[in-house]
Amino acid sequence: MFEFIRKNKAAAIVGGLALTAIVATPVMAQRDPAYAAARASGAIGEKPDGYLGYVSSPSASVKAMVEDLNIKRKAAYTRKAQETNSTVEQFAFTSGCNLIMRTVAGEKYQAPNGSWQTRTSAAPTRDSRCP
Amino acid sequence: MSHKICQLTDRSGNAIRSIMMNRKTTGLISGVALGLSAVLAGCVQVSAPDKPIVINLNINIKQEVVYRLDGDAKDLINSEAEIF
Repeated sequence: MFEFIRKNKAAAIVGGLALTAIVATPVMAQRDPAYAAARASGAIGEKPDGYLGYVSSPSASVKAMVEDLNIKRKAAYTRKAQETNSTVEQFAFTSGCNLIMRTVAGEKYQAPNGSWQTRTSAAPTRDSRCP
Repeated sequence: MSHKICQLTDRSGNAIRSIMMNRKTTGLISGVALGLSAVLAGCVQVSAPDKPIVINLNINIKQEVVYRLDGDAKDLINSEAEIF
C-alpha cells in the first residue's frame, strides 16, 4: 500500500515537472533569471540595432551581463550574416525589429527617435523598414 | 532685329548650351527676374547650386533586405533564446 502511494507520488511529481516545463517554455524558460529580472524591471531594453541597451545607469553586474549577451548576440548575427550573404548590421537590425516586437508589456524598448518606451499591449513604435 | 548668342555653362556638368535670344525679350525678362547686370550683359547666368545634391549612401539597410532576412532572424531568436 505504501509502496503504491510512493510510486504514485513520484509519478505525480514527474508529471507536474513536465507540465511546468511545457507551460513555461515559450519565451522565459531559457533566459537567465538575472537577465529576465533586469528586463522585467525596465533597467535594460531592446534597441532597434538588435542589441540590449541600458535604460538607466546599470549596476556592475547588469553591465557585465548585458555586455556578455551583446557579445554573444554579435557572434550569432555575424554567423547568420555570413550564411545569408548580408552584413552584420543588416542582420542585427532585422533581429532588432523582431526583438522589439517580441517585448512583452512592461518591458522597455528604444523607439527610432532614441527614446525609451515601455511596451504596452499596443504595437511598439519601430523603424519604418521593419516588416 | 538683332540677335545675340549666349553661352550657358552648367558648372557641375560642364554642359554648354547655345541659345539664340531676342535682346528685347531678354531685357524684359532679365530686368524683372535678374536685375540690371543681366540686362547690360545680355546674358543670363545660370550657375549650379552651391550645395551639392547629396544622396545619402549611409542607408545601407534597405527594407527589401530586412524583409529577406526576417525569416532567418526569427529562426535565430528561437534557436538561441537564451541570449535574446
